[in-house]
Amino acid sequence: MNLLSIFFEALGALRQNRLRTGLTMLGMIIGVAAVVLMLSIGQGARTKINETIAAMGSNLFIVVPGATSSGGFSFGSGSVRTLTINDAYAIADLASISATAPITSGTVQLNYSAKNWSTIITGTTPDYFAVGNWKMEAGTIFTDSDLRSAARVVVLGSITAKNLFGEEDPIGKTIRITNRPFLVIGVLVAKGQSLTGRDQDDNIFIPITTSERQITGNPFPGSIRYMLAQAKSTEDMDIAEIEMTLLLQQRHKITKGKENDFTVRNLTAIADVATDAAKIMSVVLGAIASVSLLVGGIGIMNIMLVSVTERTREIGIRMAIGANQCAILTQFLLEALMICFMGGLLGLLIGIGGAWIVSRVADMLIVITVGMVGLAFLFASAIGIFFGYYPAKKAASLKPVDALRYE
Amino acid sequence: MKNVTADTLIRIEHLGKSYSLQDAHGQTITSPVLFDVNLSIQKGEFVAIMGQSGSGKSTLMNILGCLDTPSEGSYWLAGKNVAMLSNDQLARIRNQHIGFVFQGFNLLKRITALDNVAMPLLYSGINRTQSRKHALELLHRTGLGKFAQHLPNQLSGGQQQRVAISRALINQPPLILADEPTGNLDSQTSQEIMLLFQRLNQEQGITIVLVTHEDDIAEYAQRLVILRDGRVIVDKSNV
Repeated sequence: MNLLSIFFEALGALRQNRLRTGLTMLGMIIGVAAVVLMLSIGQGARTKINETIAAMGSNLFIVVPGATSSGGFSFGSGSVRTLTINDAYAIADLASISATAPITSGTVQLNYSAKNWSTIITGTTPDYFAVGNWKMEAGTIFTDSDLRSAARVVVLGSITAKNLFGEEDPIGKTIRITNRPFLVIGVLVAKGQSLTGRDQDDNIFIPITTSERQITGNPFPGSIRYMLAQAKSTEDMDIAEIEMTLLLQQRHKITKGKENDFTVRNLTAIADVATDAAKIMSVVLGAIASVSLLVGGIGIMNIMLVSVTERTREIGIRMAIGANQCAILTQFLLEALMICFMGGLLGLLIGIGGAWIVSRVADMLIVITVGMVGLAFLFASAIGIFFGYYPAKKAASLKPVDALRYE
Repeated sequence: MKNVTADTLIRIEHLGKSYSLQDAHGQTITSPVLFDVNLSIQKGEFVAIMGQSGSGKSTLMNILGCLDTPSEGSYWLAGKNVAMLSNDQLARIRNQHIGFVFQGFNLLKRITALDNVAMPLLYSGINRTQSRKHALELLHRTGLGKFAQHLPNQLSGGQQQRVAISRALINQPPLILADEPTGNLDSQTSQEIMLLFQRLNQEQGITIVLVTHEDDIAEYAQRLVILRDGRVIVDKSNV
């Protein structure tokens, strides 16, 4: 028995019935294309979420002032300004915390030459940029000495910089924020949308001291809108949450049984939910696509069974001139495998092409990995063997005399 | 029992064959086809097996060709008890030691005459290039060289049967089994085919066993075996 010769016999048999081979292959093509497309969309979503999470900064807490109530009305979180800059500094000194960033914010009108733009202004400390994982496109961030002297310096988000300056280099230029001149010292790298869909690049940053004294004003000096706190490591997250809560309770003189006037939220937990959602989406998409692959496989089995019945006499002739069971089995198995393999290859190309189109049309991130391609091929071959074996076995176990007499 | 010598190619003793069928009520009916057949064929003989349809001659032929197994009795082919051989060994015997010629030619319709002739070599483990070269030589010798690339349905009945005979000969088997080889041919072509068999028998010493129901075809053989209702009723020299 010569395997190569049997391969050519199988190839010849497939070529003799091109339409049928093509239609059977179509099931495989659609199945594999669907799997590749769905996996790449799922993987793309996960990658996108992971990027967003990484951009957000890791091991983060957000601490917001607590709810208050007056005369029976609740005003919701952040309705009182109980958190202060000093709270933020105190928390930064905790062993489990690496840095904190107190934040005030508001909306301001900007002017540069003839252009003007309305955006969100954030007053914060230099640590903010490290905690929030911001990178510089150009220039520098403001320093602690800027903070102490309440200097009129500003770092621009990438969208704000573009809207105000266009192609011009903003560094060293002076813009007016609510009519006060500020020196542009840095521009940030774009981050894209946050997990909640907010644009993170249309904003400007100034020292929190400058903000409080010159821009937003503040009826309660030293109070902040919220703060970000970064734990030293993922393992420190639980301890950090307890330490922060105890410290703030102590500083705010909250005795046992009274409600906290602040809330500590774990941002990583929110990110975990998003990651889990993406993972579930991948699995569901993959499962749906696998069903079509399975249907394709059943189609192959169906056609191979028809083919065995139709070619019973041929099998008989082959046996009469000396084909053993193994040779017949090999030929029919090879036919099924070839359909799967070629279908898999075409499906892969179509899947990749489809993914490319989706990424263009729907503006989604699509990720195709070598593992995915390998998986699709492994699946295709496994289906070929699994669904091809039974018909091949059936063909091989025919009795020569029965096969020959078959009309 | 005739004397058994080293030259005995085929020996069957008390051979019986019956088929089990299911009737309309699902009950198994045993239908006997061959009873107590004893036959011994020497190397180089040209034997015609005759009988009316239903006499069991095709069944006997299938057993001789290792395509079917007997229900009773034993069959020795070239000294080997066929019942003791595995499926793979039987396939090998069909490939190497037996050439089949059928009434309906049994060529594969979708491949060329050349590939049909070369096909047994595929199962002998010979590569395609060599098989084709060998098959082409054989076709040239049979006078069919120019039809090598034709499909079977582009050939006449006689040409198809000669392609089938070439296929049977390609592995140079010592035994050719021909089941009604002229059944689908006109008398002129039948005569040509029979002369070809006669020449193969006389010149190359190939043992030929032929099944037919036509007296004038059986006349080409040296020995005549007649079956009736599954039993051998005549076994005589045909001179």
